Amino acid sequence: MSSPITVTTKPPEMPKRKVGKLARHEALWGYIFILPVVLGLGLFYMAPSAASLFLSFTSWDGLTSPQFVGMDNFTNLMKDDKFTGSMLNTMMYTVGTVPLSVAIATVLAVLLNQKIRGMVFYRTLYFIPVITMPIAVGMVWKWLYNSEFGLINHVLGVLNLPQPNWLFDEKFALFSIVLVSVWSSIGYNAVILLSGLQGISSSYYEAASLDGAGTMYKFFRITLPLLTPSLFFVLVMSFINSFQVFDLIFIMMDQQTTMLESTRTVVYSIWEDGFKYFNMGYASAQAFILFVVILVITMVQMYIQKRWVHYQ
Amino acid sequence: MNTSTRSGKASRLAVHVLLAAGALLMIMPFLWMISTSFKSFADSMSIPPKWLPVEWHLDNYLRVIQTIDFGTYYLNTVIVTLGRTVGQLVLCSLAAYSFASLRFPFKNAIFLALLAVLMVPSQVVMIPSFVIMREFNWLDTFYVLIVPGIFSAFGTFLLRQFFMTLPKDLEEAAKIDGCSYFRIYWNIYLPLSKAALVSLAIFTILASWNDLLWPLIMTSSEDMRVLSIGISSFQGQHSTDYPLLMAGALMATLPIIILFIFLQRYFIEGIAMNGIKG
Repeated sequence: MSSPITVTTKPPEMPKRKVGKLARHEALWGYIFILPVVLGLGLFYMAPSAASLFLSFTSWDGLTSPQFVGMDNFTNLMKDDKFTGSMLNTMMYTVGTVPLSVAIATVLAVLLNQKIRGMVFYRTLYFIPVITMPIAVGMVWKWLYNSEFGLINHVLGVLNLPQPNWLFDEKFALFSIVLVSVWSSIGYNAVILLSGLQGISSSYYEAASLDGAGTMYKFFRITLPLLTPSLFFVLVMSFINSFQVFDLIFIMMDQQTTMLESTRTVVYSIWEDGFKYFNMGYASAQAFILFVVILVITMVQMYIQKRWVHYQ
Repeated sequence: MNTSTRSGKASRLAVHVLLAAGALLMIMPFLWMISTSFKSFADSMSIPPKWLPVEWHLDNYLRVIQTIDFGTYYLNTVIVTLGRTVGQLVLCSLAAYSFASLRFPFKNAIFLALLAVLMVPSQVVMIPSFVIMREFNWLDTFYVLIVPGIFSAFGTFLLRQFFMTLPKDLEEAAKIDGCSYFRIYWNIYLPLSKAALVSLAIFTILASWNDLLWPLIMTSSEDMRVLSIGISSFQGQHSTDYPLLMAGALMATLPIIILFIFLQRYFIEGIAMNGIKG
């Protein structure tokens, strides 16, 4: 066991750095603890990803051996309206989904963290959309949106409001998908934020109460700043997930509908090219571009976090 | 936040009203699922739709069990979910502790590389993964369903973010007492992080319970099938047997709801209750 004395006998004017031996000991254990995860992710996720990166420079039907085509896939993609359109749709979907979902989830998490009667009941209700099998969720919403016998338009009709043809109107199709995805992700984000709220020591609130602080003051000055590490996580994951949205569009849109023009996302396009038309190389190239876009966005978030995320 | 004493009843009522209104919107589709699961096939297709079944068909639930090998699928799903969840909780928390608290060279670079795993759409890596699993001779076994699922960048990231919010004083004290890093992780970090561990457990259980694409591609024999595959088989090429699909989805969802009700109580045991005041 490393002796703490080595630290205390250090001359006081030296910079606050650990003595070499102790630092090496810490680094060694640091590596040992991350080793299983790093090896596992390397083998089962990074290796296949690297293989797919290689495929993006080839033309491959999935059966015969891949033909190297250099940058052809990438130059073709830049001229492909289907791909650029899907990238635009994905961005609009993300802008529509992420801020709305995270903002609602933050308020919801704070509400669900109160000690009031029936909290278990509320928490469960809000989490039900997350728990339900995606295929059932998609099916139910498809019915709810139906222009003739869907519940939503039935209610809108009763209220004398306009009744759009949700999934079959290019002005509303993507918006309809955004609504479902906000609906199904609120509970998910709220649970993460709820567990983040548990990490906030109640002594902060007690001290603030003694000073006569109100609810709003506590929310903005204590809860929100101390919740920022969890909020950062939720934001990063929400961006990554919404750039990769696939299931909802796959389940809710018909494969032949012209509405795909306004709802096709990048991963949907990857699926079409890879698994419907068997252009694996072309599909992999799209995945690589998507990867780079997500990577850049995540790195920007990592960089900006220093300005707003408070770690203890 | 604390709703105690003064602002008392009024604010509590406001919270109830807000939560109840939101909850109604949230569970509307779910209520429709329940209603549909009791309808006859013809009834489920009627225009305009009927809120409640004309006749209650409890036999839809029986038909689910008769149509697919529900017992086997169920057992497989439980085994896979259990394996992945236990594995992830142990491995992710260890790595997360290291990333949050220990200092070592290239820490941020390695961490970013792990995050990069999350940025590759899973559909793309399916084919290379299939080839790797075939080389391992893991296809159609529990290995392929469990082992790759115990390594998670998501879980490591989630726990690391939580660990970084914990007060550092206890850890410093433990270090001065000569505690090993493993003991600090085991005796300080884990007990203080029940809420985060539970939320990771919930997400892992959920992802593994509803996982469709991976088991669909990696298994082929009837006795390795999982629930999600069974349920999705009710979605037909041309017409879907909605009552059967909804009954099956509800039967699959119910245990997770019960589990959530049980697990969510850990969200109330705040850090103060563990005797730590920051």
